[in-house]
Amino acid sequence: MSVMTMVQAINNALDIKLAEDKSIVMYGEDVGVEGGVFRVTEGLQKKYGVERVFDSPLAESAIVGTGLGMAMSGLRPVVELQFDGFTYPAFNQIISNVSRMNNRTRGKYKVPMVIRFPYGGGINAVEHHSESPEALYGHIPGIKVVIPSTPHDAKGLMISAIESDDPVIFMEPKRIYRAIKQEVAEEKFTIPIGKAKVLTEGTDVTLIAFGAMIRECQKAMVMAAEAGISVELIDLRTIYPIDKETIRASIRKTGRVVIVAEAPQSFSVGSELIAIANEEAFLYLEAPPKRVMGFDTIVPYAKGEAFYMISPDRIFYELEKTVKF
Amino acid sequence: MIFKGFHPLEDKTFRIIDNEGKVINKALMPDLNDETIIKAYTAMLQARVADEMAVSYQRQGRMYTYPPILGQEALQIAAGMIIRENDWLAPAFREMGVMQAKGVTLKEIFLYYMGNEEGSNFSKAHHVLPISVPIGSQLLYAAGIGYSIKYQQKDEVVYPFIGDGGTSEGDFSEALNFAGVWKVPVVFTIQNNQYAISVPVRNQTNSVNLAAKALAFGMPGIKVDGNDFFAMYVAYKEASEYARAGNGPVLIEAYTYRKGAHTTSDDPSKYRTKEEELEWDKADPLKRLRKYMEQKGIALEDDAQLIAAYKPQVDQQFSEAENFKPYALEDVFRHMYVDMPDDLKKQKADYEQFLSWKEKRK
Repeated sequence: MSVMTMVQAINNALDIKLAEDKSIVMYGEDVGVEGGVFRVTEGLQKKYGVERVFDSPLAESAIVGTGLGMAMSGLRPVVELQFDGFTYPAFNQIISNVSRMNNRTRGKYKVPMVIRFPYGGGINAVEHHSESPEALYGHIPGIKVVIPSTPHDAKGLMISAIESDDPVIFMEPKRIYRAIKQEVAEEKFTIPIGKAKVLTEGTDVTLIAFGAMIRECQKAMVMAAEAGISVELIDLRTIYPIDKETIRASIRKTGRVVIVAEAPQSFSVGSELIAIANEEAFLYLEAPPKRVMGFDTIVPYAKGEAFYMISPDRIFYELEKTVKF
Repeated sequence: MIFKGFHPLEDKTFRIIDNEGKVINKALMPDLNDETIIKAYTAMLQARVADEMAVSYQRQGRMYTYPPILGQEALQIAAGMIIRENDWLAPAFREMGVMQAKGVTLKEIFLYYMGNEEGSNFSKAHHVLPISVPIGSQLLYAAGIGYSIKYQQKDEVVYPFIGDGGTSEGDFSEALNFAGVWKVPVVFTIQNNQYAISVPVRNQTNSVNLAAKALAFGMPGIKVDGNDFFAMYVAYKEASEYARAGNGPVLIEAYTYRKGAHTTSDDPSKYRTKEEELEWDKADPLKRLRKYMEQKGIALEDDAQLIAAYKPQVDQQFSEAENFKPYALEDVFRHMYVDMPDDLKKQKADYEQFLSWKEKRK
């Protein structure tokens, strides 16, 4: 075991896979020499050479589109898009080709590729650097979308993503890239894609979140405990395929659900979770399901971001209202 | 290298025979024996027959749509003769001739336009990617395959195709740029057939020609008479040797004319004149090659005989496509994921329950 940040844990996962499998290549903007703007790939070019870890020209559609070609011809590319808000030029390649090629060719060309990018707000970044587009990607048939919330999970999920024969979008909560340190096993391990985790068991209300919002939920739960509210916290870990079984079991048990996420709330993962609550646990509900999410606005620039970002006291405020309903 | 003699900025077109089949560039005439030329002509004619029959099947309501290659046979058959079995083909959607040369069956092509994904599971063809409907996007995965080839040190070349309209897409420039920076073995073909549905190429670009776009990305480009089989053959031969030798990518603009409609849903009389069509008819690739062969005294059966011999084969392929196993509910789901999510399995199971309810109500 050694203490790692999420950046170090992902770097460690990439390192393990690069050492193990020569078909893995990594590239993107500033990924090689610099090791990425957040240093997630730091040291890997030195260790594995410029043919395997390298800087690509600055064009997101091409980073993803060429990765697709590599994945269809014997490689397992792990490509980086530099920020959430810069993934959109690659959207056509993702929705029109990456997600469809296996289906389009009736299984002849699989797409074992990972598209990773930092996402989310709360770091006073300039416009286009604070977005949470998980619903955009979760809505696309043919891909899987993964979001870790801890260094340990980031490592295990990243190794699973690289080993997946289906394309995986791996969203990294940049706000907690270095904010959490945790003991992480040094050897290889995997965490299954598609399985949520009950982080804390509770009886009064189910709280569902993922990524950087897990930590905010845990802070809110300290306030809830003081108020005598027993909260069951679920970390989704995978956006798609979403773990209905864990969600259903928890909501049936508590009868109440509060969902926390940074993205605009309409047509979101929160919307999907409420649909699941209604479809799978309708007769168990004792309060309306509640989304504590971003407004349907652009993430405000740094000066206004505090209004937008979900704070622990706001989560507690909604938890209490839901429990007292 | 021919590419040096036909610099795109001088806007010269590489041509070997003229419209009358006369050799106008003896120095560059490829050394092909009669048998090979007969084979090429026959393949071009067969592509035309299959193409015309495809249009007629569609007109009979037996296929949903079809984009004809009429008039573009020479460049496609020439490419097909150069592309090796291990090489990769990344088609756009008007490459029936070259796809067939690479081992794709007419049955598969028909199946695709009948609306069945099985038409893209090329059972006998090696390294052929599916038809790409999102314009230009195929060039990017072609460049990525080029990277794989270089990285894995394989003796292969990638041949992506795009139309003149597609060159306006960002993916076109990005693909050429990546392939150039990576110096990977990719031979890009632009089939400049003068129209993107109804929009003429002069409305797509202010560039002197499309081959010139290669220069910005540091690769050789050449504008070739796409209706001249010999010129296209030489261009592909040199381009493939150049790319295979590790010199990086090449861009070929095959200057041709789409004699037919964009697809069977299109009516070209809305946007182009009869005079223009007649003018291009003089440059028809089959007529030119036939005239050359007649002048050289290369014996060849009449077109009518060749056509009569080939039509039953096309009908047979079409009939196999029409009688392909019916589309099953399973086919909707089966290949969405290698590891299918449980919820998707449940969506299918729910629909099966609905079907059995429907069955019982009968």
